[in-house]
Amino acid sequence: MTATVLGQPTLTGVFFFLLFISITLYITYRAAKRTRTTTEFYAAGRSITGLQNGLALAGDYMSAASFLGIAGLVSLKGYDGLIYAVGWLVGWPIVMFLIAEPLRNLGKYTFADVVAYRLKRRPIRTAAATGALITVLFYLIAQMVGAGSLIKLMFGLPYELAIIIVGSLMIAYVLFGGMLATTWVQIIKACLLLAGATLLVFLTLYKFGFNYVELFSVVTQQYGEKFIQPGGLVTNPLDAISLGIALMLGTAGLPHILMRFYTVPDAKEARKSVFYATGFIGYFYILTFTIGFGAAALVGKQIITKIDNGGNMAAPLLAEALGGEVFLGFLAAVSFATILAVVAGLTLAGASAVSHDIYAGVVKREKANEKQEVKAAKIATLCLGVLSMILGIVFKGQNVAFMVGLAFAVAASANFPALLMSIFWKKFTTQGAVWSIYTGLVLSVMLIILSPTVWVDIFKNSHPVFPLKNPAIISFFASFAIGIVVSLFTQEKEAEAKYESEKIRSYIGVGAE
Amino acid sequence: MKEEILNSKEFKNLVKSKNCISLILTVLELIVYFGFILLIAYNRELLNQKIYGPVTVGIPLGIGVIILSWIFTGIYIFWSNKKYDQKISALKEKLGGQL
Repeated sequence: MTATVLGQPTLTGVFFFLLFISITLYITYRAAKRTRTTTEFYAAGRSITGLQNGLALAGDYMSAASFLGIAGLVSLKGYDGLIYAVGWLVGWPIVMFLIAEPLRNLGKYTFADVVAYRLKRRPIRTAAATGALITVLFYLIAQMVGAGSLIKLMFGLPYELAIIIVGSLMIAYVLFGGMLATTWVQIIKACLLLAGATLLVFLTLYKFGFNYVELFSVVTQQYGEKFIQPGGLVTNPLDAISLGIALMLGTAGLPHILMRFYTVPDAKEARKSVFYATGFIGYFYILTFTIGFGAAALVGKQIITKIDNGGNMAAPLLAEALGGEVFLGFLAAVSFATILAVVAGLTLAGASAVSHDIYAGVVKREKANEKQEVKAAKIATLCLGVLSMILGIVFKGQNVAFMVGLAFAVAASANFPALLMSIFWKKFTTQGAVWSIYTGLVLSVMLIILSPTVWVDIFKNSHPVFPLKNPAIISFFASFAIGIVVSLFTQEKEAEAKYESEKIRSYIGVGAE
Repeated sequence: MKEEILNSKEFKNLVKSKNCISLILTVLELIVYFGFILLIAYNRELLNQKIYGPVTVGIPLGIGVIILSWIFTGIYIFWSNKKYDQKISALKEKLGGQL
């Protein structure tokens, strides 16, 4: 392969791109008529089936970073990319076994509903919404900056323009179409991404006679046996475990994922949707792994790094090598759709933390009417959307990779422990929950700043104050321990008494909304 | 009525079996994933052993963690659909439309 059309707007790329936008905007237009009440805005009227929600969860979760990023990582570092892919998946079973059903039965629109169920609502909602917002904001900044650079790489659009297009579309989907439009954007994106990746793997394996051994033989001949062995990613076991905790339990604390469980009619559909989502996401990571090796073998590391140092263009380059300009255009449009589906889900989750938890719960003391709350949700969407565009432009050219790690660390340390304890522990108290959330939040943010990823790589100090790259191993356990200790010191008889009736609702769904 | 449900043998049994299966599967998932990470950290020789041509133990093992995780969710679904839902409807029936 000598030349690539990557970086120029190709006819097919623009065609698929416009097609996707037209279809999703049409869906948004249709959804707008069914987005008037709070249940419609936040939860698509609870009308989504288990299979649809499984696809939407996959669409919400599989970011461009995990598609282009993991394929790139595998193409450059080989086996280490697989270690990452595994980490991104293993949180899903935990979501299913511990969280999905009680969350669906106890809550209404946000995970804060569940934590606040039998505790004092205002302090809990303030704390839980803070955790949710911080998670969403860091994740959103990382996505926006990634979106700007990726679209620039693929279509040659200026960075700022790319951010404005992504931001405007995302605002349009959420503002007018609420959860219903967001869900369908995510479903379409998941189908496109799975189809695109499957085709790419099919074409790759075709070159190797559908024989993985052949593929591995070629890559080991080119890059040596080390390429399919674990390399430098896991050198410090503590670091690896810490990252593992963040990825695994962070998945179970991501507000935009948790929110999706309210879109299905009952707990049975909620658990079904996790089964489908886990299958789709697992399948997708196995494809991504193959794509990475395919790119290493058929495109070559040299060309991949020449286009982008981080390897992000490995999958598009492989698509071009195997399917020409048409396939490249398709895959570029799919990557764009991927970005949109994720940022729309994040914006909706952030907006509901503001409107449902802070405005309706704390400011209006749960006395806001439907109309006021939907209006607040729409204003919050607009503000959050504009804020994320501004932050995306402010952080241009910055290394924001740590922000995804930080979002997962906060989700694992601030959101997940409080959620888990509120569901399963009778003696959990308001004070315990508040302390647990803020401890997890403050510790994960502080330790990340002092860690090698920020203190050394960004602030250019010679030694990190905190030795690990991911803080979860400290912040998660500290948040848990503080939650337990403070709860034991501050008894709350009322909350304990309510636990029994909560149990009926949590286990058999009586009284669930 | 709430007391009646909470004190019924059926409800206690239902809670116990659900917690039991959730706990077992969670622990299994933790063992599988962190076992994989610890193998990478402490026993690379094992992972780097060739099993077929250039393919090493580490590759099917990594893919295996993904597939096994999905199988665990399948086991949970199978159990819930077969046993848990049945227990719920039995409980509801016994309490005769009070729910």
